[in-house]
Amino acid sequence: MSSEGVASGSPQGTSLPDPGDFFKYLLSRADDSMVLAQRMGEWISNGPELEEDIALGNIALDHLGVARALYTYAGAVEGAGRGEDDLAMLRSEREFMNLLLVEQPNGDFANTMVRLLFFDAYQKEMWTDLLTSADDTLAGIAGRAAKEAGYHLRHSSSWVLRLGDGTDESHRRAQDAVDRLWKYTGEMFEDNDERYRVSWEGVVGQVLDEAGLGIPDDPYQRTGGRSGFHSEHLGFLLAEMQWLQRSHPGLEW
Amino acid sequence: MAAAEPSGVGVVSRVAIDIDRVRSVVRALVDPEIPVLTIEDLGILRDVGVEGDKVIATITPTYSGCPALRQIEDDIVAGVTREGYDVEVRVQHNPPWTTDWINAEAMEKLAAFGIAPPTAPEEVLCPRCGGTDPKMVSLFGSTACKAFMVCSSCGEPFAYFKRF
Repeated sequence: MSSEGVASGSPQGTSLPDPGDFFKYLLSRADDSMVLAQRMGEWISNGPELEEDIALGNIALDHLGVARALYTYAGAVEGAGRGEDDLAMLRSEREFMNLLLVEQPNGDFANTMVRLLFFDAYQKEMWTDLLTSADDTLAGIAGRAAKEAGYHLRHSSSWVLRLGDGTDESHRRAQDAVDRLWKYTGEMFEDNDERYRVSWEGVVGQVLDEAGLGIPDDPYQRTGGRSGFHSEHLGFLLAEMQWLQRSHPGLEW
Repeated sequence: MAAAEPSGVGVVSRVAIDIDRVRSVVRALVDPEIPVLTIEDLGILRDVGVEGDKVIATITPTYSGCPALRQIEDDIVAGVTREGYDVEVRVQHNPPWTTDWINAEAMEKLAAFGIAPPTAPEEVLCPRCGGTDPKMVSLFGSTACKAFMVCSSCGEPFAYFKRF
């Protein structure tokens, strides 16, 4: 195990992880997808054109679907009888372990697309890696999610190219977005996910380069999401998302 | 009535599950979004079996964002319950679903329905006029599994079932 450089508790690689660590791992990745789906849902009916509105809604549904599969599986791994709704709707802000990147407000369309580019490239690396996980269920979920992440990345890359290499205004907004969001990218490569950094930098660097966008000089990086320390934005997002289940426990459509 | 009852009063004697009949019922269920194809045609239905006195149907989700999955689960439960049996629907993630599981006949049915089947993107033909040079409008169409294209020959928009 150690000869492969894989920490115990990691689902990556050929050995099965410790159940407690594995539960947390599944939960944190489910939280990434859940929080991003909620953010993207805010775009519905506000997209810049009809096709894009539908695309953003579709991608949000992909993330929601992955979150549901991961929450359901996390609940089974935990073995305490908690289901997908309990884990998504009845945990507090400090218990969420998503990346700070996904909870940031959408901002304008350029900010939304730059965030997606950063995150899609990360998820594509992660899901591709997890195809060979020793855990069958996670490998199966990754089988779908890796293909989806490929479609998502094509979409966000093409928009960042158009915006960065578009008008003066679209370029300015795209560059502002890169400057604003770059400090949330380092957190993606903590712990065992460090292995994704080089490929990620290659993919994202090439898109930014072609788009004529630069990476900020400031090396400052924010962190804390994976340990439950969030920016001021997550609480508001969860309040809106969880309100119905908190007010009317067990309510179903 | 009493004469027909088994000796153990109060014990409901279970009729053996007619699995062939249950299978044919479940296999005939159609996809809510693409009603010309059954869930078997699409490769969503993996297995129908029996454990004890319960029917077990195993399905594999397509796209993560497919909103039809819940409807499919409900349809299976309703269909088997109508036959008088208990049923459990199990979701199996591995092996992951792929459009390679859609059989040739189903591909033809899709095209006849107006949806370009999941061929390679450069081989997509307009399902209406057979035009060979359609343009991609959006990778994400009316549902997660479909892209939105427009035919360069007849000008009609159509959905392309993305290869997955």
